[in-house]
Amino acid sequence: MPDMEVDKVIAFASERQIILKKAEGISIPPTLVVDAKDLVALSESLHRDKAFYFDQLSCVTGLDNGPEAGTMEVIYHVYSIPFNQSLGLKVILPRDGATVDSLCGIWKSANWMEREVFDMYGILFNHHPDLRRILMPADWEGHPLRKDYQQQETYRQIKVSS
Amino acid sequence: MAIHSTVTESKIQYRGDGSSLEMSEPNKFDAGNLRSEEMILNVGPQHPSTHGVLRLEVLSDGEVVKEVVPHIGYLHRCFEKHAENLPYNQIIPFVDRLDYVASMNNEHAYVMGVERMMGISDQIPKRVEYIRVLVAEINRIASHLIAIGTYGMDIGAFTPFFWAIRDREHILRLLEWVCGSRLLYNYIWIGGLYYDVPVGFEDRCKEFIQYFRPKVKELEDLLISNKIFIERTANVGVLPLNLAINGGATGPMLRGSGLRFDLRRVDGYSVYPELDFEIPIGEGMVGATGDCWDRTWVRVREMEESLKIMEQCLHRLTTDHRRTVEFDPQALLPKKIRPQAQDFYIRAENPKGELGFFFRADGKSDIPFRCKVRSCSLVNLSLLPEISRGVLMADLIAILGSIDIVLGEVDR
Repeated sequence: MPDMEVDKVIAFASERQIILKKAEGISIPPTLVVDAKDLVALSESLHRDKAFYFDQLSCVTGLDNGPEAGTMEVIYHVYSIPFNQSLGLKVILPRDGATVDSLCGIWKSANWMEREVFDMYGILFNHHPDLRRILMPADWEGHPLRKDYQQQETYRQIKVSS
Repeated sequence: MAIHSTVTESKIQYRGDGSSLEMSEPNKFDAGNLRSEEMILNVGPQHPSTHGVLRLEVLSDGEVVKEVVPHIGYLHRCFEKHAENLPYNQIIPFVDRLDYVASMNNEHAYVMGVERMMGISDQIPKRVEYIRVLVAEINRIASHLIAIGTYGMDIGAFTPFFWAIRDREHILRLLEWVCGSRLLYNYIWIGGLYYDVPVGFEDRCKEFIQYFRPKVKELEDLLISNKIFIERTANVGVLPLNLAINGGATGPMLRGSGLRFDLRRVDGYSVYPELDFEIPIGEGMVGATGDCWDRTWVRVREMEESLKIMEQCLHRLTTDHRRTVEFDPQALLPKKIRPQAQDFYIRAENPKGELGFFFRADGKSDIPFRCKVRSCSLVNLSLLPEISRGVLMADLIAILGSIDIVLGEVDR
């Protein structure tokens, strides 16, 4: 796979008044940090633009940096089939009341992947058509992949921890 | 009475009361708000044609499906939570249990990701790589046999299932000979393999290829070109290409819709660039492109291509990279698996589609900070409601079977 020229994407976004930064450290595929409020506008233009044409959303990853860092991240991996290029888009959110706009309107595959992130981290997705828990039962307490998650003792009279 | 008295009150773990009858996963549709002709029909989670523990909530009008809502999570085993507490090498057995009918492929993808993160992927001996591809392709055939066999049974053809399982048994015995277990192998290790293949394995594989080639043809005659099968699957569950791409479909699902896209060729990982194989696509030979028949047809063709890849691997394994006394597949296993701090996303072509792993390594420990699975079955299944609006109830089963999901991977 040819390396994505991230500078082109940064220039493309700045034409649209969207500021992008390269993510700190090594990330493969190259990842850009985008402000939560600009995410939908950026994705929409990256999806539509003829020079990029990111037509597939491969993966949505949630990530909790823990209570000390106080941030959570959502990482979107998008892929362009005609140009054979991958790009990561990262949104950094505060740990309390993490909310980001849904990408369901652009990529249909976002639907279940975002539900999974919501289920595991409690990150809310605005304008999501169907934001319910997906893997855990609907009446489960807490979001299991958060670093400060405390397992409930019983679930419907059944002991959870051994 | 004596037995009962020994059971103390505190040891009774579960006592039925009113709340036991409430659903832990409530229906999306409210039965009170339905129109008079509508009905909610519950399929699964325990039902042979849901291929595991999948519950489908079907809003139906007579025999016509108006809306399908899949409810998943019945086989959720907290893979990602476990992975945050285990060293990289100890995650491999857990990776086996994702798509448990194609464990070798899962391991191959995972191990490749960790090796690339550590920067040792170009030091892996060619013989190891060829063995990995060989066993992965054998396993791909086994997975497709399950897919086609059970699909036939879903729509009423009983015999192909037995034929497929009979041939799969040969594969399982081959793989059992390699690593000691029939389904969950833990064979491909980071930096090498558990063992070299046993002496004589290459010959048995060649015998299997000779045996299996006519069987593919037989299976095709029996099932794929059968009039009843075509009637049941052609023009059913048509997935248009733009929806397939937008919905994230991969694997036979995407190729069935007519795009020649295979990560083995596109990404060219492992030794696949040195191997010669075709990428079959659905062409709408009996109906519209992207229908259930096309997806099944792609799987049959892929089995033949896998046989071709196996032949080439066996040729290399007996000529250029033949077995030597000093060859040790464990020679390069790193003593300490500690990749430098990075975010890494790896993807590979599994029998069911693109299997991806996202890692975040913090550079300070042998345990990944985050290990996320991009599951192909989950994303493919999320397209089910899209392509089954307005079909007949019997066609819903046909569409679900053609997606070829494994619930172990959907729920993880």
